[in-house]
Amino acid sequence: MIPPAAWLPTRYRVERRTRETADSATLTLRPADEPLAPFRPGQFAMLYAHGVGEVPISVSGIPETGDLVHTIRSVGAVSRALHDSTPGTVLGVRGPFGTAWRLDGVDDLLIVAGGIGLAPLRPAVRHALTHRHRYRRVVLVAGARTPTDFLYRDELRRWDDDSGVEVLLTVDQPGDGWTGRIGFVTEPLAAMPLDPGRTIALLCGPEPMMRACAGVLIGRGVPDHRVQVSLERNMQCGTGRCGHCQLGPLLLCRDGPVVDYPVAAGLLSVKEL
Amino acid sequence: MSAVLDLAGLDALIAELRFQGYTVVGPVLRDDAITLAELDTADDLPAGWGVETGPGHYRVRRRDDDAVFGHSAGPQSWKTFLHPSHRTLLTADDDGFHSVADTRPRYAFLGVRPCDLAAIGKLCQVLGERAPFVVAAQCTEPGELCFCASMGCGPDARDGYDIALTERIGSDGHRFLATAGTPAGKDVLDWLNAAPASAADEELARSDVDAARLRMGRAMPEPDLRDLLAANRDSAHWERVAERCLTCGNCTMVCPTCFCVTVEDVTDLADGQAERRQRWASCFETDFSYLHGGPVRTSGAARYRQWMSHKLSTWFDQFGTSGCVGCGRCIAWCPAGIDITEEAAALARGAS
Amino acid sequence: MIPDLDTVPLLGALTPTQRAVLAGTGELETHRPGTRLFEEGQPADRARVVLCGCVMVDIPVPGRGSVAVQSIGPGELLGLSWFVPPYRWHFGATVVSPTRAIAWDAARLRELAEEDPALGYRLSLALAEAMLNRLQSTRLRLLDLYRNPR
Repeated sequence: MIPPAAWLPTRYRVERRTRETADSATLTLRPADEPLAPFRPGQFAMLYAHGVGEVPISVSGIPETGDLVHTIRSVGAVSRALHDSTPGTVLGVRGPFGTAWRLDGVDDLLIVAGGIGLAPLRPAVRHALTHRHRYRRVVLVAGARTPTDFLYRDELRRWDDDSGVEVLLTVDQPGDGWTGRIGFVTEPLAAMPLDPGRTIALLCGPEPMMRACAGVLIGRGVPDHRVQVSLERNMQCGTGRCGHCQLGPLLLCRDGPVVDYPVAAGLLSVKEL
Repeated sequence: MSAVLDLAGLDALIAELRFQGYTVVGPVLRDDAITLAELDTADDLPAGWGVETGPGHYRVRRRDDDAVFGHSAGPQSWKTFLHPSHRTLLTADDDGFHSVADTRPRYAFLGVRPCDLAAIGKLCQVLGERAPFVVAAQCTEPGELCFCASMGCGPDARDGYDIALTERIGSDGHRFLATAGTPAGKDVLDWLNAAPASAADEELARSDVDAARLRMGRAMPEPDLRDLLAANRDSAHWERVAERCLTCGNCTMVCPTCFCVTVEDVTDLADGQAERRQRWASCFETDFSYLHGGPVRTSGAARYRQWMSHKLSTWFDQFGTSGCVGCGRCIAWCPAGIDITEEAAALARGAS
Repeated sequence: MIPDLDTVPLLGALTPTQRAVLAGTGELETHRPGTRLFEEGQPADRARVVLCGCVMVDIPVPGRGSVAVQSIGPGELLGLSWFVPPYRWHFGATVVSPTRAIAWDAARLRELAEEDPALGYRLSLALAEAMLNRLQSTRLRLLDLYRNPR
């Protein structure tokens, strides 16, 4: 029997809503009933907007209070309803589902985010900063479409000021007054100082971006089993029962979204798999 | 320890199961096919009816005996009862989320072929459900499309039955060897107080089933299917199948293990109550793999590859076994007559 | 004092000896933000590798002014037009943050490549790789992958 916690949503109330960009917002959710089990960085929840539907959204913040933080981009009907939710709105939440980022046993942690891919990685960055003594270097490389499309701009600035983390931001298209990097996220990866044998890389963003970044890093000597990617497919049940999220042998709701690159590479290279 | 039942005994078996509160479901002749429906008595069984099957072909035909289990897989499988095609999962209102009571009756399945028995096991594993009471019917007469033997699922009934019957019409008349597979099955047989089977009865049944093993209509090719499909994702063969496949999804509807569903949330505009429902889905649907503005698997070739690879190969990765039981339904109900055993053989030939 | 070119991934195709030759013929430059390094159309007479800081490459577009299209950061090559005839810059370049770079006289570098074909070949490989990476990154930018799919 599937435990009820897996298929019956729990009520969470929107506590706070922060606009991130023109089409994305971060919601802080507080349990209205029994809270769900603790989430780990990289995992996702199924978020339900009453009467509209349910979509998988990675957790983008795991405060110690037990609240859940999710950053939602308004794309379709359900995500738009979630994105538009105001404080006080009750949502349904199921989870935690999926695999988490593996963050331990490494000297240099390299985190590479493309666009909205920064959301599932933010908990990993925060985890690394909370346990900063475990790492030699913590590097965040983040790409966005334009300067105003970066998520968490205030936090990025704080991280940039923090000597504990190296922040390299780059945009595809410049905006007025932008004096930062212009170029695809692969470019700083190719040029930055790197100790490949002692690095693990966490990649999250559109599939072509992750493949290109993995290619650059593996080309520079990072072992492929030390590269992790976050994969996405159509997800409906979150519990491995509906069949939609299959990527070859993987059920991404259960065997992902975080997948080691040696496994992912073979699957991503097959067209329409 | 086995018993021998005659037709009256079979009737008594059905009556006993009903008395114990089960809704007995078994094969019936309806709308020119042998489908599955509730049985009141043994008279509801399709005595004397057999089937003629081929790629894209299924016809019932009159047998020259009165066998009740003398037919191979019909258009319905037991999946209809274990995994309803439409189901409400939960309701949501101002008070929160509420699960929906499962109002399905306690089923006893009667006449489950070994292929379908294996399918019930696989489906229950995926769904996380307990199997119902099962009275299996071992195969002594495989159909033209059957390949359970090469899938390791028959013609003998393996795990998961409460009672297994082997039908025989011979000099002794119309008889069923009945063997219990569980304590619950044994209890039912004990209640029937049937005559114990002799060693000869048991030997006859065994040899009938063994003979069936050698008369399968089809067989999967030798190479390991799991590896074969995994190694051939980029094969040109998929385009060749796509030239014939209509992506109609019939195969997924009739397959006894296909379990994919689509989940839909609906709301009642009047009272604001919402429901979550699931309905059968097929990986052949164009939007099955919809992601970010379009499906991942757009071409027919990709969708056929998905179905066949999942069934024969990645099912192992996900659930530890093959998803195929060799019932042959997908071949009969394919309007283009595509034969999964031939497609596997084509891949094996291409590989060597 | 030219820093160790062994740490510049871009020059990885060269042997240590060849990198030493390059180090010997280069000059260290320092530039303040706002410095205009070159204009489109001018002779491409200097090859540079940025060590730290940032240089922005731009193209003038009527009605939009000079539009920045690419940044060149630490470890990256500024310009390729110095290597390919007619040796004229295709873009302009402005320093946007305090920058240190190694610079070579382009004609001298081309001469060195002629005189020492092995060095010339390796240098061409390094430049081809830089061009390939730049092309691939530009194609990925063209895909506009981060746009909203709705």
